[in-house]
Amino acid sequence: MTSSASPLGEVAVSTAPPTRAEYCVLACAEAWRGAGEILAGPMGLIPSLGARLAKWTFSPDLLLTDGEAMLVGLDGTPEGWLPYRRHLALATGGRRHVMMGASQLDRHGNQNISCIGDWERPRRQLLGVRGAPVNSLNHATSYWVPKHSRRVFVEKVDMVCGVGYDRAAEHPVTARYHHLPRVVSDLGVFDFATPDRSMRLASLHPGVTVGQVREATGFDLTVPDEVPYTREPGAAELRLIREVIDPENTRAREVRG
Amino acid sequence: MTAEEAVSRLASGMTLGIGGWGSRRKPMALVRALLRSEITDLTVVSYGGPDVGMLAAAGRVRKLVAAFATLDSIPLEPHFRAARERGAFELMEIDEAMFMWGLRAAANRLPFLPVRAGIGSDVMRVNPGLRTVTSPYDDGETFVAMPALHLDAAFVHVNRADRQGNGQYLGPDPYFDDLFCEAAGTAYVSCERLVDTAELTKDAPPQTLLINRHVVTGVVEAPNGAHFTSCAPDHGRDEAFQRHYATTPWGEFAERFLAGDEHAYQSAVQAWHKERS
Repeated sequence: MTSSASPLGEVAVSTAPPTRAEYCVLACAEAWRGAGEILAGPMGLIPSLGARLAKWTFSPDLLLTDGEAMLVGLDGTPEGWLPYRRHLALATGGRRHVMMGASQLDRHGNQNISCIGDWERPRRQLLGVRGAPVNSLNHATSYWVPKHSRRVFVEKVDMVCGVGYDRAAEHPVTARYHHLPRVVSDLGVFDFATPDRSMRLASLHPGVTVGQVREATGFDLTVPDEVPYTREPGAAELRLIREVIDPENTRAREVRG
Repeated sequence: MTAEEAVSRLASGMTLGIGGWGSRRKPMALVRALLRSEITDLTVVSYGGPDVGMLAAAGRVRKLVAAFATLDSIPLEPHFRAARERGAFELMEIDEAMFMWGLRAAANRLPFLPVRAGIGSDVMRVNPGLRTVTSPYDDGETFVAMPALHLDAAFVHVNRADRQGNGQYLGPDPYFDDLFCEAAGTAYVSCERLVDTAELTKDAPPQTLLINRHVVTGVVEAPNGAHFTSCAPDHGRDEAFQRHYATTPWGEFAERFLAGDEHAYQSAVQAWHKERS
């Protein structure tokens, strides 16, 4: 579908090359490809747009919530009831793939959203562990970092909330459902497809260099000889993002450029 | 009973569970009454919101049991943060699911319940008292044995209640208010409107009757009693006032809004809104 289909004739808008924020939306959406009939749990703006894009296109069976207690379709029509008590049951039942934020993330995928500094007397108190411990042991858990920096991508997190691969390996039975499919940042996509399950650069968003990623990462990142670029959005996907899912362009406020 | 009467049954050093979630349907009128009392040294058990922020700012919390504290539309609860950063209270930081299973264990008179959460995370490091339990069946999986979260008292706020203590919620999420009451030795339910028993099911289905009277000690009628948190469908969150709470130094906020009784609070909020319009 091309932009000429737009009743407003916004040809200039819809044919402009993809922005960094749009590559991020697409990279988040890809996390839910092939997910089937499970709950997408996006936390943060761009993951929410990504989940909606996935449901619009290649993962129509995804379940979405209204942010409160209802399961809703793409047009907001309620189709189910998911108060917190059932949400927690759904998490331990495994039918969920969340994309959480991370104040700190290490090379094994240990995530921190609790506090910065010594836990006994933190320098900066943040949210608290929330559901990261239960999420990471029970269903697919991905992470979204809108500003890739050495403050986030650290050698060692101050408080492990979401469990990484090194710690999961110490508890093979309890962590049998542990799975961190991907990390998406404003610079690229990362996974743990290495022999020791440490973080690897999976793709660069177009316009980003390996050097930039290394510079903004506080640990030794695995970088393959050939690093692909994050795939290009199709015309229909771009139109959906720009005209249907996020016509107000809120995505540009989270990721510039 | 009045909110003051409910609070008069509490004592310093108690473990108090507070219902709602974040900045949603919090029993704020009861919390405000507690702030007017001398009661302190509390262990507060809460899916934390401004209840935690206010009690911590006022120095009433000896220990907090929580997975988070948030104002929802403002992700970080500023007064909770400040109190935690100055080391004002002891913290038992646990996962949201562990919290729920702790309440369930207490409600079911079980010493613990197994939960697949916490293992591998630093929840185990910061709670050295947590124990694990291994499945006696063939799978052999190890779980956290989440200890029962016994409460001396619980505060919850619902939309409607009758005088016997039957509580009804009309919003989208019951949160864990029934569980808080079941896990508690005494439970105090505040409500937007006190109604005759027959009225509870006149226009609402039976499953809205969340809290049964046998787990309730006292009922308090407190219109707008969740303010400034949300209480759908009776009232939404007062976002403007919440922002004011979040950005005003605690002493200044308490002096203007919390020096008098509940009526004085509601009047002060109205006056504040009028000033801004």
